[in-house]
Order: sequence, then structure tokens, then C-alpha cells
Amino acid sequence: MSAAAHAHADHPPAAHHSSRVDPATLGVLLFIASEVMLFGSFFTAYFFIRVVNGEPWPLPPYKLPVFVAGVNTLILVTSSFTVHWALQSIKRGHRAGLQAGLVLTMALGTTFLLTQILEYHRVGFSPRSGSFGTIFFSLTGLHGAHVFVGLCLLAMATTRAFRGHFTPQAHWGVELPGIYWHFVDVMWIVVYTTIYII
Amino acid sequence: MRNPLRSEADAFRFVLLTLAYFGAIAIASVLGGRWAGIGVFVILTLAALLLILQGRREGPQRTAPPPRADTDEHRVLVIANETVGGRALREVIHERTEGKPSRVRVVSPALNSPLKHWVSDSDEARAEAYRRLDASLAALRDDGIDADGEVGDSEPLQAIEDALRTFGPDEIVISTHPEGRSNWLERGVVSGARERFAVRITHVVVDLEAEREEVR
Repeated sequence: MSAAAHAHADHPPAAHHSSRVDPATLGVLLFIASEVMLFGSFFTAYFFIRVVNGEPWPLPPYKLPVFVAGVNTLILVTSSFTVHWALQSIKRGHRAGLQAGLVLTMALGTTFLLTQILEYHRVGFSPRSGSFGTIFFSLTGLHGAHVFVGLCLLAMATTRAFRGHFTPQAHWGVELPGIYWHFVDVMWIVVYTTIYII
Repeated sequence: MRNPLRSEADAFRFVLLTLAYFGAIAIASVLGGRWAGIGVFVILTLAALLLILQGRREGPQRTAPPPRADTDEHRVLVIANETVGGRALREVIHERTEGKPSRVRVVSPALNSPLKHWVSDSDEARAEAYRRLDASLAALRDDGIDADGEVGDSEPLQAIEDALRTFGPDEIVISTHPEGRSNWLERGVVSGARERFAVRITHVVVDLEAEREEVR
């Protein structure tokens, strides 16, 4: 039998956490859960305006840029693939893949955000254009803010990747922004389908 | 239900599923109008709910310990609340570890009342569990068994799963009081562990009162 190593302090009791989920991941999950609730409140307002009030969508004479937003959706979905590729690369020890994946993800995310800003300028209505305009800009703007936060997180991960951080064993700094980025992507798919398509 | 956002890979899979789900609804709406979209939405939602319910009925997959590099070492995980000092348990541990390189870990769950658990008032329970663990390890040492230990989750099955992942035992020994006096047996801890963990499990009944009677 090997020598035992039994050491603990009587007070205070050591912090304990389940092996089922890492504390950092749990933190991100709880954060995302709160974000889902925040988006939920905006969606409630959207469905209230559209279904309960029975207002036409989009409000005539305005038209939503479905095609441009569709291209933007493709861009954001592609960025989920690139961030996944980045993480898979570092898990296999390929640093170049990690760096390229993160840079591409950032480029795609930035393109999405810039396209959305451009779309705001050309859409022909504003947040003051009744409840229709308010909820459109609120929902897409809320999502845009999340894309911005995701880009900040990715910028940190990218900087660290180029500084030689992360190994196949230790890559939480990419894993957690990756989870957040996928959440942002999922939210956009929901926003695009409900606001632009249906 | 499995948490879809437990890792980046899970989250990525969730993105793909979401894309397929909403893509089908959007395509149906564009091609067939609003009612076609609603129809696809209802069908896909029901299908997803059925899959989730079916997954629950089948129960969770059995958890196996992670692979270890030192396969020569025999590892025994002992789960005991206050029965670790019992003779029957010590005999079993001796039997399992004799004549081979082995390691024993004792886990003492920080048992707590449901109310205190839900209000995160666990300090006292954990301090008490440490006290029991110290006494257990001392009792094992007196008997020539060298073991280490840790305080586990308040839920015994969760405490076992935690130790399964971190310690990687070859077998688990669960020590309880005899039937009728064992809270763990009433709560199905032993049967639950056999269902949930893909590792050999031995149940040892320790009758501390009878042993005390023998001493008298």
C-alpha cells in the first residue's frame, strides 16, 4: 500500500465542488442562464407586440433586410465552426490551428457586427418608430452587445494564444469563451428566425 | 437530461441542433406559409420532447472510473459514514489489499439536513464529517491499514461519483449499518451505486452495537 497523504485543516472546512462540472464552467453556465432570462424578457415583449397586439410584422411600409441578415447569419454560424476548430487544434497540440481559428472567429464576429451597424443605418426606421422599431432595435441591439462582449473575450484568448499560452491539457481560456460564443450564435439563430423569417 | 453546454464541444453540437431546428421551421414558413412553419415547429418540438423523455426512461449511462497509468496498483474506495471502525469492514479491506500494491481512500459524505443543504449551511456538516473521517482513519491505522481520506458531497452517491472521477478506484466498498438501522439502505444508496457505477461494488454491513456487546 502506498504511503497515505492525509492532511486537512480543521477550520474552516475546505471548499468543496462536484467533479461533475468544473467551477469555471458552472460559472459560465449560470451566467448564460441569466442571459437566457434576459433575452426571454425581450422575446416576451416581442411576442406580446406581435401576437397579443396583432400588429403586422414588419410594420408597413417598412421592410426587414432578410437577405443581408441571412448572410450575417451564415457568417456567425461559420464563426462557431472556426472557434470549434481552434479548440480542437489546441487539444491536439496544434498551436497554429488555435491561432488561425481564433483570428478567423474574431474576423467573422467583427464582420457580423459591422454589417449589423450598417444595416441599422439603412433599414429606414429607428427605435422611435413605434413599438415595432423599439423591439426590433432592442432585440438585435441586445444581441449585438453580446457579440461585442464575445469579441472582447475572444480578443483576450487570441492575445494569450499568440503569447504561447494554452496547452492540450490546459485551455480553459479558450473553452469558456467558446461556450459563450456558441451561446451568442444560438441566440442569433433564434432572433433571426423569429424577427426576420417568421 | 444531459447539460448541452457542459463543454465547448457540447455547445457546438447544440448550435448545430438549433440550426437544424430553426432552419426547418424557417424553410417551412417560407415555402408553405405561417401554418406550415407552425406545423413543423409543433412536430419538431414534440419529437425533441419525446427524445428527452425516452432518454430519461433509459436512465443515465453508468459511470466508469477514468483510465489510470499505474494499473498495477489496486485501489479501493471506501464509503462510510460512521461505520468504518467496524471489524467486518476492516476485514474486507485487509482481504482486498493483502499481498499486492494497493491504495485505500475513505470518503466521508458531509451529511446534512435538506433545509441546511438548500440554504448552503454546510460548514457544520463538513466539520462533523472531518471529525468522523479522522476517527475512521485512526481506526484503520490502528489496524495496520494505511489509508487517506476526504470529505465528500452531502449526497452519498454524488460523493462516490466525485471520488470515482478523482481517485479512479478498481472497486468500491460501501459500509452501512444493518437493515432497519441504516438510513443509506433505506435511501437505496447501495442499489443506486450498483446501477450508476460500472465498477465492482461490495456492500459490508457493520453492526457496531453487536461489536460493542462482544467487547462487554
